[in-house]
Amino acid sequence: MNGGDRMATERNKRNKRSDVRESGANERQDGPADTGAGAVRGRRVRSGALSLAVYEQGDPTRPTVLLVHGYPDTHAVWDDVAADLAVDHHVVRYDVRGAGASNSPRTTEEYRLELLARDLFAVADATSPDRPVHVVAHDWGSIQAWEAVTDPRSAERVASYTTLSGPCLDHMGFWLRRRVRRPTPRHLKQLAAQGVHSWYIYLFHLPVLAPAAWRLGLARAWPRVLRDLERVTPRADHPQRTLAGDAARGVRLYRANMLPRLLHPTPRPTAVPVQVITLTDDHYVSPALSEGLEEWAPHLWRRELPATHWSALLEKGTTVARMIREFTAHQEGAPAADALAKARTGRAQGPAGEAAEFAGKLVVITGAGSGIGRATALAFAERGADLALCDLDRDGLDRTAELARLLGAKAETHRVDVSDAAAVQAFAAAVADAQGVPDVVVNNAGIGHSGTFLETTEEEWRRVLDVNLWGVIHGCRAFGALMKERGAGGHIVNLSSAAAYLPSKMLAAYATSKAAVFMLSDCLRAELARDRIGVSTICPGIVNTNITRTTTFSGVDAAEQERRQKKFSGLYARRGFPPEKVAAEILDAVRTGRAVVPVTVEAKAARLVSRLAPGALRLAARLKVG
Amino acid sequence: MSDPRTHHRTGVRAGAGKPPAFPFDAHDLDRFRELQQLAYRCAERTAAWLEPGVTEREAARRLRRELVAEGVQDFFHVPFAWFGDRTAFRHFHTPLQFFATGRRLAEGMSYVLDCAPVVDGYTADIGYAGKVGDNPVWDRIAEDLLEYRELIVRLVRERRTLNEVYAAVDAKIAQHGYDNRHQVYPGRVIGHQVTRMREQRLPAGVNLFGFGVRTLQTLGRELISERLHGRSPLWADGRASRHAPTPGLWAVEPHVGFRDVGLKFEELLVVTEDDAYWLDDDLPHVHRGRALAAAR
Ligand SMILES: NC(=O)c1ccc[n+]([C@@H]2O[C@H](COP(=O)([O-])OP(=O)(O)OC[C@H]3O[C@@H](n4cnc5c(N)ncnc54)[C@H](O)[C@@H]3O)[C@@H](O)[C@H]2O)c1
Repeated sequence: MNGGDRMATERNKRNKRSDVRESGANERQDGPADTGAGAVRGRRVRSGALSLAVYEQGDPTRPTVLLVHGYPDTHAVWDDVAADLAVDHHVVRYDVRGAGASNSPRTTEEYRLELLARDLFAVADATSPDRPVHVVAHDWGSIQAWEAVTDPRSAERVASYTTLSGPCLDHMGFWLRRRVRRPTPRHLKQLAAQGVHSWYIYLFHLPVLAPAAWRLGLARAWPRVLRDLERVTPRADHPQRTLAGDAARGVRLYRANMLPRLLHPTPRPTAVPVQVITLTDDHYVSPALSEGLEEWAPHLWRRELPATHWSALLEKGTTVARMIREFTAHQEGAPAADALAKARTGRAQGPAGEAAEFAGKLVVITGAGSGIGRATALAFAERGADLALCDLDRDGLDRTAELARLLGAKAETHRVDVSDAAAVQAFAAAVADAQGVPDVVVNNAGIGHSGTFLETTEEEWRRVLDVNLWGVIHGCRAFGALMKERGAGGHIVNLSSAAAYLPSKMLAAYATSKAAVFMLSDCLRAELARDRIGVSTICPGIVNTNITRTTTFSGVDAAEQERRQKKFSGLYARRGFPPEKVAAEILDAVRTGRAVVPVTVEAKAARLVSRLAPGALRLAARLKVG
Repeated sequence: MSDPRTHHRTGVRAGAGKPPAFPFDAHDLDRFRELQQLAYRCAERTAAWLEPGVTEREAARRLRRELVAEGVQDFFHVPFAWFGDRTAFRHFHTPLQFFATGRRLAEGMSYVLDCAPVVDGYTADIGYAGKVGDNPVWDRIAEDLLEYRELIVRLVRERRTLNEVYAAVDAKIAQHGYDNRHQVYPGRVIGHQVTRMREQRLPAGVNLFGFGVRTLQTLGRELISERLHGRSPLWADGRASRHAPTPGLWAVEPHVGFRDVGLKFEELLVVTEDDAYWLDDDLPHVHRGRALAAAR
């Protein structure tokens, strides 16, 4: 007797027993204790008040794969996959509540995902108490397995998860929400596609009708549906005899869960490694649904299988089994098979791809000893650039350079006061001499100052303009001339601020200096366009850096000055916008050549208002004290 | 039922802002110190056993076995193990992600082992950072870690408020060019108070989301009684920590990261009414930090 025949016999035995299935016997062993790979050993596992029919195959000392079937199936839908995997796995299947030989709950309530997940853990605990299991699930089985995989217990109990054609309903809720809120053409297309794929969901919400349809004829027609629509070769043992009842009861799965989760999704991330197998010809689940899944499952592998919803399991069982085997083996410690290695998505891949982006480029950054300057230096370093850095603060500068070198960059440092024209000229000459003409120059050094126009002393005005405006002018002149002369293009980035277009009584000198940088960048951009030297103006809002600790205030004594510095530092820290994000925008500006880049929401909002209703901002400045 | 040495803490009436007296005697401190040594010993043994290919789950299990073998029966929280970028809590969105995963150790990776055994109501809570193979970023941070250790005890000794100390640590982290990873812990805490847990009716070892139920009971009680006095047993950067360090024992755990590498230590700080000192200097990260600085 070959394995398949033996399984069929086993299954028939159990189908005959289905009349006693409500007896709810716990942990009963039935069938001979045959441990041959093909033999199916049946038992029952209790979950709450219900008793579930569980089927085991293969050597129990091997890694356990737990196969969860969907709707309107039973464990039998996995026959081919299970037989293949049983050669080197402990394969466990069960009939989910309401299907096959498992008990059926009476109320719709009892089909909630929480309870379905509890069933899964009960089966895992009973069949593999000491080792976490590899869950593999299809269709509704996959929906409920997501519930389990995103549950705290999964950390101890689930080693990996392979999902076919069944999204997490909460993820799907967020997916829909995002597309409804941002109806770009692409999003609308995706929504429409999923809407078309989901016709059966609406159908199953119809009271009475849906269960009746199954009982009255749909069940009988199902083999034809499978053959014609799903391209599944008819076979004697499929669909299961209990189909009409399973299907009618299972409609409650949709009713109990679909709307509540889609309308009120909660975030459900998981640390479990997840393999998504997308079936490219699936009539019920559109591939776009798994877009953005990395957000919830950062350890993600994506693979595709040209198959329909059911032909994947019923026709291509060996291929699915191979994908599962590669995945479990890798999670158990084997090196990834080639096909699997290619399927790895996202971050864990490491920045290997990005590493070379700025390789061989030289980037000059002023004020690189802290905050945005340092973050920008490190971001460029990480992507292969070499650096020429300057700052007034020797210690901060050295630190940045050391970190940049740890990231693999060559970094030279120069202690330079950017407000000093001669010093900046000398800096540019030294850089050109030692490292060559830069490809990117970031004029970032700047200082904060707060005071009304009249309060601000002449000396304070001078200091702010010397550093914030003249510093940028000197940088642009010295390096711009070198770049133009070399004739190989390049990019200049100037740090302005949202203050450049946000009038304020308290930031008279600072805002003026930043507005000047804004305009000088506009002029310079026009001038250098012919030389293929781009100019970008960066306008950050509130960024958590050292600037608040060094900002000076007009007309207050030292104690008050310190108090305000502390207060603003706290404020900026709580806003919590990291300089790394500004750095990312700067790199992006260099890539795309964007002219003006407001960073942070407040900077973007202010920019918008300054263009639509500048009068409103002028009025606000009058009314506000700060 | 309750321990007489800790009992007076709850005896202080609400509104009486006076800080409580230091609740432990020399014997207690010895017990805490011994347990902390034990915990670090187990972490070091686990670290010595680690090699490329081992998963976080295996490491956490191994650490637990080491502790149990030394007679530990209860845990303040389950043992944790983090590898690679998970040592810097990159892409952590929920506390669930703290649990050990199937992530495998590879050459050059950093790792962190974190455990909190409880014996006779005494608690240790330790964090052990390590690396396999060569990792210069790790070496740099390991050396700098001692600066945070010195900064914290100095400012606590000056009786600066806990949120001020937190901010000073933040400033130091920024100065170093790293980022604050303890802010990823629930409540953004850099530390928490450690009291002697009372005998409980609940069995040891029951746990909820990785924290022993006894722990949660004790912590819950502390949270409430301390809030009544305008203090918090959790040490973070918010308003709740705007108070001078409460005399007692604090488990302090600065955790810093740079890119994919995260390091932490965690150990007990003794805060008396007018002084503060680390319970023990004979700890792996102290020796290692000094050795690295000397080699420079
Ligand atoms: N942080 C913010 O919220 C914010 C918002 C808008 C714009 N900006 C601008 O971003 C730039 C960077 O600021 P940050 O927030 O990183 O501040 P930061 O204080 O952290 O860093 C500025 C760096 O510039 C250096 N510097 C100051 N004066 C210098 C001089 N004369 N010569 C050479 N170096 C000098 C400082 O030593 C420091 O290392 C500044 O131009 C600032 O105006 C910052």
